Amino acid sequence: MPTIFVYVDQFKGAALSASWETMGAAKKLAGEMGANVTALVFGHNVEGIAKESFAYGADSATLCDDPTLADFRAQPYAALLAKVCADGKPDVVLGPNTTRGRDLFGMAAALLGASAVADGIGLALKDGAVHVTRPAYAGKLLSTVVAKSRRPQMITLRPRAFPKPEAGAGASGSVTKVEPAMKEDDIATKVTGYSVEEGRVNLADARIIVSGGRGVGGPDGFAPVRELAATLGGAVGASRAAVDAGWIPYANQVGQTGRTVSPDLYVACGISGAIQHQAGMRTSKLIVAINKDAEAPIFKLARYGIVGDLFKILPALSAEFKKRLGK
Amino acid sequence: MHVVACIKQTPDTAAKVEVKDGHVTWGDAALVVNPWDEYAVEEALRLKEKHEGKATAICMGPESAKEALKTCLAMGCDEAILISDPALKGSDSTATATVLAAAIRKMGDVDIAVFGKQAIDGDTGFTAVAVAATLGWNALTFLSKIESLDPAGKTIVVERSLEEGKQLCSSKLPAAISVVKDINEPRYPSFMGIRKAAKANVPVWSAADIGVEASQVGAAGSAVTWPEIYPLPAREGSVEILEGSPEEIAAKLADGLIAEKVI
Repeated sequence: MPTIFVYVDQFKGAALSASWETMGAAKKLAGEMGANVTALVFGHNVEGIAKESFAYGADSATLCDDPTLADFRAQPYAALLAKVCADGKPDVVLGPNTTRGRDLFGMAAALLGASAVADGIGLALKDGAVHVTRPAYAGKLLSTVVAKSRRPQMITLRPRAFPKPEAGAGASGSVTKVEPAMKEDDIATKVTGYSVEEGRVNLADARIIVSGGRGVGGPDGFAPVRELAATLGGAVGASRAAVDAGWIPYANQVGQTGRTVSPDLYVACGISGAIQHQAGMRTSKLIVAINKDAEAPIFKLARYGIVGDLFKILPALSAEFKKRLGK
Repeated sequence: MHVVACIKQTPDTAAKVEVKDGHVTWGDAALVVNPWDEYAVEEALRLKEKHEGKATAICMGPESAKEALKTCLAMGCDEAILISDPALKGSDSTATATVLAAAIRKMGDVDIAVFGKQAIDGDTGFTAVAVAATLGWNALTFLSKIESLDPAGKTIVVERSLEEGKQLCSSKLPAAISVVKDINEPRYPSFMGIRKAAKANVPVWSAADIGVEASQVGAAGSAVTWPEIYPLPAREGSVEILEGSPEEIAAKLADGLIAEKVI
């Protein structure tokens, strides 16, 4: 029976939502291929994630639980993934296109001589091979790519591009435990710490993003943007102009040289919508544009447009949504 | 210490990229150093200046990519090498990594290879880690800061920019690293640099020069093919402009977003 492996990406012992989206995509593909789905869970004290994977559709799980895997490090994780693939001979390996997923799949594919495709937003089975739809030219074009040779087909999937399945209660499966592929002494990199900002919302995972651009006028102009984001439970984004002006950190930048996002709702405040910004946000499900200039290109992407002063509009929106959402 | 910046030539970010007869075109837009790679070149130059080493820029591409390498020379790289051969055409990221790794191996004395986080055309972001795997090196990706580097002790301390925040790590050289925009502000080429680069001879290495077989690289050595490339489908529907007082607009928008179930 063909096999699909799903790499379950986790950070500090919690699986990412994008991992279960990937599991959902794998289940659908497995249905067409008549394949089994095995969750790959690597980390330390992550046995719970292996059990959790059954609720999202895994038939079985391969678990490597070891102190050397407590933090993601490319070398030991890639060596382990390569070994697990060499032993299990899967047809397809899927994982989320996070910083970890990219490192892992790029490195393991090179070690295995497998094929690698990044950032898939659609999967289709044709003539026994997986055809992957993915953005190219920074989201300005779409392409279909396929690995004509070299197995397994290792593919990372864009977070929020595939629906997350409902967790099923009472599902179970068998967990196979494996040993790590590298010893601590042979691993070059040591992780010495993290500085994680409090209350920060990960842009790639955010369901709602409120972004500010040149039109917010300065660092203080982000206050009403932040307030609306907080009201809606969303993340704060920014255009390159606002980041380059030093009004907000680069981590918040959406666009060709920032992060690519696909939230359900994207509210662009004082952003004209240059082609580079569009490249990072045009796959958002619904776009609201607020801009003084009625001719701004952002209105061409928007479902709702508001031509006016964002400093008058945003407080009114925050007040209205607080009322509607009972906050 | 020898630092190598691995770059790609891409269309400018402002280019209007279109598909004509199944081929990607960008009109008369300029071809430039991949914007992410400018940070890699700058970081290579800073390492070279701080540690009195040598910085080399390398690029796999057609003859026209010499222009991108001349930009690197004008910024301050000591040498630039183009890897160009008809056999390399159609290389996927794995085949590209095979080529770059072979070129780095041929140089023999490289301590650190610096990459941008991805190229703005292919956007795979796999090349740096695949080069590391091919060379048996360590990979350190998405660097927002190099805290310290000890060329004699062959150690490096870095800050990485992840989805969840910054990660601090120490590691060993040689390594392949990729950098993000946070790491530096790329310099502009100086007037003297531009004059020097204009006169510079950029050597070209063929597949045979770096010891790769034609079957390992190019379309023949690549697993991934791109049977289709096409423009994004137009967004459905047209914009509805909301009018009235800010309060009226807010009420209309809330109605709309609740009806569309996005909040």
